[in-house]
Amino acid sequence: MQKSLHINPDKCTGCLQCEMACSYENYGVFAPAKSRIKVFDFHDTGRKVPYTCTQCDEAWCLHACPVEAITVDKTNGAKVVNDATCVGCKVCTISCPFGTINYVQETGKVQKCDLCGGDPACATACPTGAITYVDANWTGINKMQAWADKLGNQPSAA
Amino acid sequence: MSWAGKILRVNLTAGTVTSEPLRMDWAKQYLGSRGLASKYLVEEIDPQVDPLSPGNKIIWATGPLTGTMASTGGRYTVVTKGPLTGAIACSNSGGYWGAELKFAGWDMVIFEGASAKPVYLSIENDKAELKDAAHLWGKTVWETEAHIKKAHQDPLCRVSSIGGAGENLVLFAAVVNDLHRAAGRSGVGAVMGSKMLKAIVVRGTQGVGNIANPKAFMAAIADKKKILADNAVTGQGLPAYGTQVLMSVINEVGALPTRNHRDVQFEGAKDIGAEAMAAPRSGPGSDGKKPLVTNQACFGCTIACGRIQKIDQGHFTVQNKPQYWGASGGLEYEAAWALGAANGVNDLDALQYANVLCNEHGMDPITFGATIGAVMELYEMGVLTQEQIGIDAKFGSAQALAHFAEITAKGVGFGKEIGQGSKRLTAKYGHPDLSMSVKGQEFPAYDGRGIQGIGLAYATSNRGACHLRGYTIASEVLGIPVKTDPLESNGKPELVKAFQDATAAFDSAGICIFTSFAWGLNDVQPQVAAACGDEFTLENLNTIGERIWNMERDFNNRAGFTSKDDSLPKRLLTEPAKTGPAKGMVNKLGEMLPVYYDIRGWDSDGQLKPETRNRLGL
Repeated sequence: MQKSLHINPDKCTGCLQCEMACSYENYGVFAPAKSRIKVFDFHDTGRKVPYTCTQCDEAWCLHACPVEAITVDKTNGAKVVNDATCVGCKVCTISCPFGTINYVQETGKVQKCDLCGGDPACATACPTGAITYVDANWTGINKMQAWADKLGNQPSAA
Repeated sequence: MSWAGKILRVNLTAGTVTSEPLRMDWAKQYLGSRGLASKYLVEEIDPQVDPLSPGNKIIWATGPLTGTMASTGGRYTVVTKGPLTGAIACSNSGGYWGAELKFAGWDMVIFEGASAKPVYLSIENDKAELKDAAHLWGKTVWETEAHIKKAHQDPLCRVSSIGGAGENLVLFAAVVNDLHRAAGRSGVGAVMGSKMLKAIVVRGTQGVGNIANPKAFMAAIADKKKILADNAVTGQGLPAYGTQVLMSVINEVGALPTRNHRDVQFEGAKDIGAEAMAAPRSGPGSDGKKPLVTNQACFGCTIACGRIQKIDQGHFTVQNKPQYWGASGGLEYEAAWALGAANGVNDLDALQYANVLCNEHGMDPITFGATIGAVMELYEMGVLTQEQIGIDAKFGSAQALAHFAEITAKGVGFGKEIGQGSKRLTAKYGHPDLSMSVKGQEFPAYDGRGIQGIGLAYATSNRGACHLRGYTIASEVLGIPVKTDPLESNGKPELVKAFQDATAAFDSAGICIFTSFAWGLNDVQPQVAAACGDEFTLENLNTIGERIWNMERDFNNRAGFTSKDDSLPKRLLTEPAKTGPAKGMVNKLGEMLPVYYDIRGWDSDGQLKPETRNRLGL
């Protein structure tokens, strides 16, 4: 079964535990600046939105890479950057429609979410369930259930 | 180790910025944040210095857990000699600024001297420089943050700044970061203004990567986060209702100070508390929407008690003022009380508006609201007239509250007198007893007649009346960690001391005191030990807390405070509560204080005995 990161902005409080978990997992430091998931804070509406790579099936970044540094992890569908191959040309950062693959000055390579090898640290760290790691075919299952519950609780028409 | 290990020293007179190593010997004795910054302050300034003179210093400080994944590890403190009180001042704030300073590689920033022209400090990792702030002077906190982010082309930098209140030396001016989190009390913003320091902008990309024992740390923080999640207060009450959940509780207890403490219960409590925040507005002309938009966390916090609110666009306070129509940082319990019950005002949107002005211009809503309470009482007595103050200011007037918030922040007309706080204002008009304050700082939202222990906590707080220095409400009202009778004064000196010492350790670690609804110091200890080293045992943390308390006290004594200043206003000691469970009672400070001095190891003048100094290494 392929799994996906599923994000529910309504549940996000803006605590940035996910950003710290991500940077700790990948670099051994608590540093939101190095995180591959970012929480955006929209002050005028009070909304906070975590945002990261969705692991496109036909990934623009993968196809654009001239040195084939981005490959698919067959176990979970993640598109993974191979640091040894990446030359830091940044073409992938242009091709990605969502901006979720980024150049890192300190390493001269690009970085993106790789689903932590199938156990994403951000989802584990999220205290509210705003970020979950769920069956890729059924990312909307909780939303469906909530609406179904509403429907089931309507007074019978008969 | 988890301290960054270096501090920035900024001499505003000379315009220099230098780096120096952190005194690790002090870090081991005072931990960080409140304790460590206070140690630097008491070592470096004359206790008798005029707080608004260049001889005073002001310090922004993080703790060892600031900028880590420990829950609530985003706190910083602003430490200085306070202009409202003349005592040591330490104001604590959340938001994101504190963690960012740590990520830039600094434990604290010490400012000394005073600049001749407006400046701000820009920190980008190792690089720090003073920049001209002439174009920012006169701008609000919100405008300042927007200007700086644009000028730096960096939407992710964090800003800690003052608004008009700090510039105009309002004695209860706050330092505000991330738009609506504040180092709110004791007038730390006025010290910043007196030095012509407008803001500190920081961007840190290095992070915190020097945890002593990472594996033990990750296990400890996960374990302790679970305790917060499973606790009824930190896991359910605070995220759902915020601190505002207390409004109806404290009113029931008969300890909700009302109309400048004339009363202890407020008939309008239900209109301004958590329930009203969460209910759709009703009544003619209202928008029918809920004031509360959502809850919000500070950096690293898994509780998320913050309130994000909206004001009704049709409310008289914001008509034709679209800048106040968006979501913004909302009413916490203390602010709702100070702007509401303390003045007899039950118009929730008016309270939200006054609170938003406090954020926008950088003012402490507690002292501001409590000072308005004194103004309204003087007005009803006929001591102040409408001609003098510019508006009909009877208790309960939302119009007067909104008007006063506008003129105080801007420092115009009678607002200049409000900006001096209630102690100076009531003294000027011949009624000093009507200032509901200790050491010049106004009470927060609990009455010392209905809750005896908090009266002693106020009287002995090192920064003037304050609930955050020894929150005995936890025990006396909420039963945390054990229930004590709020009307009983026996045993309260011991309770107050225990809360004061533990709180000093929590604050100095760089975490939020709200964790103490679920955590004891024994829950903090494994996190500190894993981050900083095994020498931080529970016993050591207890001693550190007590050492910090006594150091602060000793500074105040040397600043000229005596046992006479450990007092309460006459009203609490001689005018019995009129209603509720405490009806007929006054605060029994006279019985509690000598016991408290004794268990503190102080003499009858409130001075540290030599053996106390020796025991704590002071």
